[in-house]
Parts: sequence; structure tokens; C-alpha cells
Amino acid sequence: MTKREEFEAAAAQRILIKDGPYGTAIQQAGLTPEDYAAGTDLAQEQKGNNDLVNLTQPQVIRRICDSYIDAGAHILATNTFNANRISQADYGAEHLVHEINVAAARIIREAVDARNDGIARFVAGAVGPTNKTLSLSPDVEDPGFREVTFDEIVAVYVEQCRALVAGGADFILVETVFDTLNCKAAIMAVKQLARELDRDIPLMISLTLTDLSGRNLSGHTVEAFWYTVRHAKPLTIGLNCSFGAEQLRPHVQLLSDIADTWLMAYPNAGLPNDLGEYDEQPETTASLTQVWAQNGRINALGGCCGSTPAHIAAMAKAVENCAPRVLPKPDPDMHLAGLEPFTIAA
Amino acid sequence: MSNLTTARFVNIGERTNVTGSARFKKLIMADDYDTAVEVARQQVENGAQVIDVNMDEGLLDAEHAMTTFLKLIAAEPDIARVPVMIDSSKWEVIEAGLKCVSGKPIVNSISMKEGEDAFLDHARKCMDYGAAVVVMAFDETGQADTKERKVEICKRAYALLTGIGFPPEDIIFDPNIFAVATGIEEHDRYGLDFIEAVAEIKAACPQAKTSGGLSNLSFSFRGNETVRRAMHSIFLYHAIPAGLDMAIVNAGQLDVYDQIDPELREACEDVILMRRPDATERLIDLAESYKGKSAADEKAAEEWRGWEVRRRLEHALVKGIDAHVVADTEEARQQFDRPIEVIEGPLMDGMNVVGDLFGSGKMFLPQVVKSARVMKKAVAHLIPYIEAQKEAGARAKGKIVMATVKGDVHDIGKNIVGVVLQCNGYEVIDLGVMVPWSKILEAANENDADIIGLSGLITPSLDEMVTVAEEMKTAGMTMPLLIGGATTSKVHTALRIDPAYDGPVIHVLDASRAVGVASRLLSDTQRDEFVDRTAAEYVQVRDTRAGKRQSELMPLADARANGFVASMAEKPAAPLQPGLHVFDGWDLAELREYIDWTPFFRAWELHGTYPKILDDEVVGESARSLKADADAMLDRIVTEQWFTARGVAGLWPCTRDGDDVVIADPAGASPTVMAFLRQQVKKSRSRPNMCLADFIDPAGDWLGGFAVGIHGIEEHSQRFLADKDDYSDILLKALADRFAEAFAERLHQHVRTDLWGYAPQEQLTNAALIKEEYRGIRPAPGYPACPDHSLKPILFDLLDAEANTGITLTESFAMYPTAAVSGFYFGHPQAEYFGVARVGRDQLEDYATRRNVDIATAERWLRPNLD
Repeated sequence: MTKREEFEAAAAQRILIKDGPYGTAIQQAGLTPEDYAAGTDLAQEQKGNNDLVNLTQPQVIRRICDSYIDAGAHILATNTFNANRISQADYGAEHLVHEINVAAARIIREAVDARNDGIARFVAGAVGPTNKTLSLSPDVEDPGFREVTFDEIVAVYVEQCRALVAGGADFILVETVFDTLNCKAAIMAVKQLARELDRDIPLMISLTLTDLSGRNLSGHTVEAFWYTVRHAKPLTIGLNCSFGAEQLRPHVQLLSDIADTWLMAYPNAGLPNDLGEYDEQPETTASLTQVWAQNGRINALGGCCGSTPAHIAAMAKAVENCAPRVLPKPDPDMHLAGLEPFTIAA
Repeated sequence: MSNLTTARFVNIGERTNVTGSARFKKLIMADDYDTAVEVARQQVENGAQVIDVNMDEGLLDAEHAMTTFLKLIAAEPDIARVPVMIDSSKWEVIEAGLKCVSGKPIVNSISMKEGEDAFLDHARKCMDYGAAVVVMAFDETGQADTKERKVEICKRAYALLTGIGFPPEDIIFDPNIFAVATGIEEHDRYGLDFIEAVAEIKAACPQAKTSGGLSNLSFSFRGNETVRRAMHSIFLYHAIPAGLDMAIVNAGQLDVYDQIDPELREACEDVILMRRPDATERLIDLAESYKGKSAADEKAAEEWRGWEVRRRLEHALVKGIDAHVVADTEEARQQFDRPIEVIEGPLMDGMNVVGDLFGSGKMFLPQVVKSARVMKKAVAHLIPYIEAQKEAGARAKGKIVMATVKGDVHDIGKNIVGVVLQCNGYEVIDLGVMVPWSKILEAANENDADIIGLSGLITPSLDEMVTVAEEMKTAGMTMPLLIGGATTSKVHTALRIDPAYDGPVIHVLDASRAVGVASRLLSDTQRDEFVDRTAAEYVQVRDTRAGKRQSELMPLADARANGFVASMAEKPAAPLQPGLHVFDGWDLAELREYIDWTPFFRAWELHGTYPKILDDEVVGESARSLKADADAMLDRIVTEQWFTARGVAGLWPCTRDGDDVVIADPAGASPTVMAFLRQQVKKSRSRPNMCLADFIDPAGDWLGGFAVGIHGIEEHSQRFLADKDDYSDILLKALADRFAEAFAERLHQHVRTDLWGYAPQEQLTNAALIKEEYRGIRPAPGYPACPDHSLKPILFDLLDAEANTGITLTESFAMYPTAAVSGFYFGHPQAEYFGVARVGRDQLEDYATRRNVDIATAERWLRPNLD
């Protein structure tokens, strides 16, 4: 069975659990700047470069991954949100992109393979949006200007994804998509890579909304986004980050009705408080997301900002006995999209 | 069905296409991208569903122009909300465009021109970028011209594409529209070949779409826009039913099929459908007569802009042109000492011309309302200046308080009268709809009104008008009371309202009489004579009525014995789908095709039947102009989904019990009794005394019911009123009414062919539907066959209409929203419409018992049918 088939078989049986975030867990490890940079010859200070930790302190990453597996996670993402050439340039570490991603995937692969308990688990190579946008001009005076080109972003993603796959990632998870065109470049990159390696590289795609009305930063509605990325034939489509489960619910529901593929959502642990901290209790997140499961809206569930292994465990327990969402039938219409969807009836 | 962003046919405009728009080309060549972006914005604002961008021009760096423009429009949310069509004959330009578009675009186009490998390479790239694709019917040997080649190439391309996993729903075939009527015989079949090829391609290639660039078709008639537009419209009229899904043509370059000069239409149709060998010659001959026409019109149209300002204002008022009125008013203001003089001078002069033309029957209501719009905009511009000088406004000729009475929500007629009065210098205080008598009296006193005007459409409003008259009398008022509205009449006014009030009561037949009546009532010299004459007329009406030997009534028992005997062997079979059927958003584009236009013109006091009215010697021009405005608004209503058409239909088992129809409750609760009225007027020549119950079998039968309503006018109505545009507001409401009627027609058809299904084979044109050439009837409560409005709440309960359609009933049983229709379905082949007319005291008492109400209540319900 290929990994795609294995995932589909597992997702048909139960709601799968995705892990939570790495950032806060790494902070709690109390690493010094030296710990961060250990064994590299990087000139700049590396404290805060959480992606580099894969290379310099792999045991920290492994420990966090294990805690999520213990909490019940089946989908384990790599700690590589910023492990791309554009973001690493901020730390002068762009030449290490390949090594970081190979190491990151390897850690999760080993953690997953070590269990050997008959439970299906998957390694998702996480790819962030980079900090440059293809749809928007950074210069309000010059709306036609772009900081970066489509081909450049494709090349950045190809490099990162090639390394993640080499390290043992089963899927590529394009997450926190705030610019739809960046996501299209990521899709193009994975398609090119699949052709280069002559193998299937299933994609997981996860949109993030920037306002409660349900649009991402580039202005696409949830529906327009789905029709725009549907050509990737993604293994999962979904939403992450954005808001807490309470605010994300209507958007999950909307996507759930139209997307003819598995749906994965991993909200933040509520909205940040006045200090910018997330204080939603695991039971609260679990009961909010349990409603999605009970309504048949979800195939995979996990946590984003503010979530801890306790949140993941509480969610896993809450949906343990809920049936997974049944995929809607694809409709025969032609779907196009600007920022909003447009359909021409079959 | 109710998805607001789903289309069945798409017009793709060419305004952002350098090969289709000379203006856009000029802008791009001059590097004026700011204005070019505005062109795109206007296109979307005007309803474009997809934006076609083409930069294929020899002197341009097309790749640079394409990417620059696409990035710029990406920054404009008003434009970027719709998908883009990246249009180029060069793959490099297309691919560069694909890298800039963030949604899911259409690529236009790829083909097998350079062989299968290049074709599939481009197709794969489209899949990688996530784009739908237009495939030209073009192969290694050239462009497909015959039907056989078109179909063969498209089938081959379809097999190749689906073979590499290209989603079939993302394929659009363009089987090439070529010029016809070129004089070359081989070209004669091009139009027909395209249309026939479309049908075959759609059948052979499941889920694929078809498209075509229309402008080629009429290439032989360059410079003759009238003929070109007609050809394009006629071509689409035939190609869309064959399966054409989209066309590249500017929406403004199309005419409404029905409105094309019939002679030209036939000539174009002959050419496109190749109906006669000499078709081309005939069209070329005919085309001569249309040549240059539009250019001359345009010249005349612009000439008036050179006139002096006073004449320009008059022209704008008479012609109803509001484009320049604010600028012209401002120019006039600067010429006068005081802004008020602009109103008293040129504007009132212009309105007087309008009033004279209208009064002498040379101008018609739609034009008057348009003139009013111009006047309102001019006055609105002057008001701040007048107020700044703290002057009193121009003294109005008089103050008129107007209202639609309590329980009634209809206001089109009242609004028209209000506008006409305002145009003629009266101040109108419009209290709106559902206005209780107390508020009418209060407003009249507070404003020191000269006249009160009451309006109403449904029969219970007649009683409410009597109440208002009585209360005015009690309050000791003596100002004139005007009565108007569809159910009002001179007879009712004379018999019931006039005696209830001490001041003058005048029935106003239609809007065109309102000014004459108001001016006489407020004239020192004419008032008394007019009031006395009208009063005398009403006395005469009363006397005639009293002395008239009214048609004789039969006793109810005899009338029942003379009832209609339907042949129950012919009663319809049980419905295929009994029970309730709810429709949340019926397709407006489809309903548009079911509109009955004749009543629309009547609402504007243009009398005649459609389509003949368009060629009427007197009102034809006015009717054509109104229809053009209506069509333009319809385009927006449909494409922008201004309305939501909600409806419910129900089919229930029932039995007949005397004049009642007893409907079994499917839930097993107590049955619902629907009491109908029977004709009692003595009939000649053994004609039956009809009652709707006669069409139902006592041994068991079926009855249907329905309610449909058009939601969504408020937002647009408010927008128009805020813009001082009564014309558009009245047009909007009149069109909403037409949609409600069209929906009732369409739903009835659906019931006959599918839900009840007793006429599955029925195939009727809209004209035949309007003439009711179908089996079964749908009488509505409050109309002649069942005149009692109070059946509506019972019908609504059966249909759960309030929940299912959002329509509510007022205390007088008027439906809200006003654009709504409800009624019953009778399926018996002998069922026909009739009028109950006058009923006797015996039937009144019998009816009260059957309805389980006291006599007074029944009397109130049936008053229009009583002595």
C-alpha cells in the first residue's frame, strides 16, 4: 500500500489526530544561543531560529514529537515552518536549508517508525508561506510591484520539499496559506518534484484566514481557495491557525460541504488574551472541536498556536468515538475563481 | 439552483482586449495603465462575470503588458473578485500570465496546431497551474471549418486531454465562428456548421463546455453596427439552446431577440441558418438601409450640448437625460442672482413643457417619471445654496398628503402619481404604505395639507378608505379627498366613500388625471364648479344604481342545483409527487423568459399588447424606450442576483362537500375546509352557476396550492431613492411584480409537467402560456373566481408559506413582499376561470356558517360581492 492509500484507509476508519505546534515547546526547553547554533559556523545569532534546532539539538525535537505521539497523534509534522531559503536568509542560514529539512524529516520518521505498534502514523513535511507574497505589493505607491517572482518561490519550495522527502516525509503539508498564489507555487513545486523523482508526493493544504468574514490575506474566500487549489488533488484540505475553534467553525463547515477530499483542521487554542498568550483549556478546545466531529465535518484534527500535548490528548479522547466525515461527491460543474468563486453549470 | 455565483451562459466582454477594443489598445500603447485598470473595473461593475485580458498587438511587448496589467488588477479587490481569462495566441504570454493570477483562471487558448506533443505539454502546464482551458478546433492541417472537422478535432482533443487526466469539466471547446454572408458560397454554412457542431461536441464530450468569439460572424458588415448586433443576438439565440456555454462579445453589442426589427431578424436568421439560397444578397440589400444610422443618431444626440444653458435644461427635462443636469444646473445658478430663480425660471419652464406634452397626450408616463428624476437631481443640487441664503423655497402650488391605506402594501401606482404631481409643482408628503387613518389625519393637519390622496390595490382597502373618510368627517375636516388604485372605481367612490365624508371626494382614474384634478381643486376660480359637478355625477351614479333593476339572483339552493357538472372520468390522476415542494431560489434568468410584458406596460399607463405595443404609432417609441430600460435593469437583476425567488407548491388529497373542498391532513389532524362561493346571478340559456368546488370529485380528488414571492427589492429601492431616482425605483418594483407572475407561471408549468405530472408532454411557448393554453387553472384568493381574500391565511397554513417562502400577510390579507402571488391549482380539464359576481343574503349566511364566523365578519369579507 502506498502512503496515500494507507492514509485513506485510516481516514475512512476514524478521525485522525494531528500534532500540535513546536515553537512554544522549543522555547520551554530553555535553549541558549549557543545551543541553537551548536556545531555550525553561522556568524549571526541564532536564538529564535527554531528550524535550526532540528540540526543542532535533534533530541529536543524528538522529545516534543514523542509527546505528541503519546497524546495520540497520527499525523506528525516536521518542525520546518521557516526552513526555506527566504526565511533562513534572515539568519544567514540559507545554505543550510537542505540539511535542516533532511534532519527534521529524519527525526520525525524515526520517532514514528520506533513505535511499531500497528497504529498507522504519517510524517508530514511542513512548508510555511515564506515571508514574501506573490499577490501583494509591499509598496502601497506601486501596486504592480512584487518582491519576488513565481519562479523564485517555486525554486524555494522545490529545494525544501526535495530535502523533506529525502529525509523520509510521507506528505508535504503546505500550511498557514495566507497568499493563494504562494500556495499555487508550492503546488507547482511539488508537482515538478514528483515528476523529477517519478513518485507520488501527496499534498496536504491548509489555509489560514485573516478575518472573521472568511478570507485569507490575498483576499480569497474559502470556496474560491478550494477551487483554486483543487488541481493539486490534495490528500487533505483544511484550515489552521487563524482563530480558535469557536470562530473557525463556520468556515470548516463551508469547506466540508464542498471539498471532495479529506478535511484537516487545526485551530489555535482560542484567541490570544491581552498578553498575547493562549489560555484556552484543553477541555474547552476539545469540546468545541468535538462538535465538528459530531456533525460529521472533519477527518483530521490537531492544534496550532497555543496548543500543547494536553490539548491534543483531550481532542483525541473527545473524538475517539465519532465517525469521520464522509466525502461529498464531486459535482460536474466548471468552477473558476477570482477572489470569489464562479461556477458555470454543467 | 440557488447558488448566487452559478451561471448557465456567460458573456465574456472584450473591453480589456487590445484586439477587441480600440480604446483599450490605445491606453496600453500609451502606457496608461491607470485608466486601463478603470476599464476593467467598469466592466466588472457592469456585471462581467469573467474578465478577458488580451495583449496580442504587434507593437507591444505582450508578455510585459500582460503581467503588468494582471498584477495591477490583482491589487483591486473590486476587479480581482471575478476570474480572469488569459487570452493570447502565444504560449509564453499565457504562461507569464498564469504566474500572476491568484485564483483559477481560464487559458484562451491552446490547440493541436503544432501537433499533439506541444498541445499536451501546454495542457499539462495548465493542469499544473490549475487553469481551465479553451481548446481551439485547430489541428496540424489547419483550422476546422466544416462541421465534421470541428467535431472530429474536438473529439480527438477531448480523448487526448482526458487521457492525461485533464478534468473534463475544465475543457472549453471553441469550434471557430467564421464570417458568413461574405459572398463566397463555401462560407454560407459556417454559422449553421458551428451551431450543429456545438450540439454534437457537447454530446460526444461529457462535461466539456463550448465557446466562440462572436465578432467574426458579422465581419462582412463592418461599420454597420445595427446589422452586426442583430446577427450576434440571433446567432446566440440559436446557439445557446444547442449547448453554447459562453461567448466572447461585449454585452452592449447585443440586442434582445424579440426587439430586433422583424424584417432584419428574418434576413439574419435566413443567413445564419442558411434557410434560402439568396439569403446573403437579401441581407446585404437590407443592410444598406441601416448603414450609418447610429452615427447620425449620435451626432444629433450630441448637438444639443452646444446650446445655451436654459435650452439645455429644458431639453434634458423633456428628454429625461440626467447625465449633465448637475453641471448644467450649476452653470445656470451662476447666471442668476439667486439660486431659487433657477427653479422658478428654466427648470419650471422645462417642466411646464413636460406637463403640456403629457397633458396633450404627446408624452407618456415613463418619460414623465424620467423627467422627474432629472428635476429632482437639479433641485437637490440647488437646495444647499437656497438654504445658505435662508430663502423660502419656491412656493408650491399645493401640499398633498398621500398614503397607501392600512393593510395594503402596494405602492407603485401611488409613487407614480406622487412623481407626476411633484413634476407639476406640488409638494407631496408621501406617508408610505400600511398607513393607519390616524397617521394620515395627523400628517394632513401638521402639514396644513390642501389635499389627501389615498391608494390601495386589494379589495379590503376599499373598506379602509371608507374608514379614513368617516374619521375625516368626525374630525371635522373638509379638504378634498382623492381616491385611486387598481380596485377603486367611480361607482364605489360614489356609493360608499362620497356619502361618508362632507368634503369633496374625487375618484382619480389614473396618474395622468391627477394633475388636472389637483389644479382644479386648488384653483380659486374652478374649484367650486368642479366640486359641484363631480358631486352631481356621484349623485347620479347613486340614483342610477338605486333605480337600476339589478341582475336577478337565484336562491342559493337553485344556483347549486344549476351547478357545473364536471365529467369525473376525466379528473387528473393522483400527483406523482404529492405534498409540499419548496423552492429557495428559482433561477431568475429562466423566470425572465416567462415574463408577460403586457401588464408591465399597463402599469406605466401604456396601453396595448406586447409585442405589438412596441410598434404602436402613438406610444411605440415610449414603449420601446421603457422596454430598453427594463431590459438593462433585468440584465443587472439577473446577473447580480438582486432578487431571490422563493416559492412553495403543495398537492393534497381532498374531497368535495357541497361548495366546500375538504383537504385531508397528511399528519392525520383535523381536515382543512376550503369554502368557495357560487355564482348566483340568474343565467340565460341553461348556463351553469359555477363554483370552484364543481371541479372536484366528491369521491376523492386532489387540490393544489402555491405561494411565490420575490425578495430583495428593498436594498435597491433605497439606493434609487437615495439617488433621487424614482424612475428606477418604480421600474424595479414593476419588474419585481413581473417576476412574481412569471414565477407563478413557471411553477404552475412545473406542477403540470412534473409534480402533479398530468401533462408531462406539455410544450408551450411563452405566448401560449400567457394565453393559458394549458390544462388546469390557478385561481387566486381575492380574484373573481374566489373573491374572498380571507382564504389566504388558510392556504398559507397548508403551505406553511410564511416559513417556506418568507411571505407574510397583513391584517387585510395583503402579501408582503408585494411582488407575490398565491392561489390554488385545479387540474380538471374542464376547470376554467369565471367571476362569482354578486351573491345573495342567503349565500352570505350560508358562507358565515361554513366559515364559522359571525355575519358581520362574513359581510366585511364579501362586501365587494354584496349589494
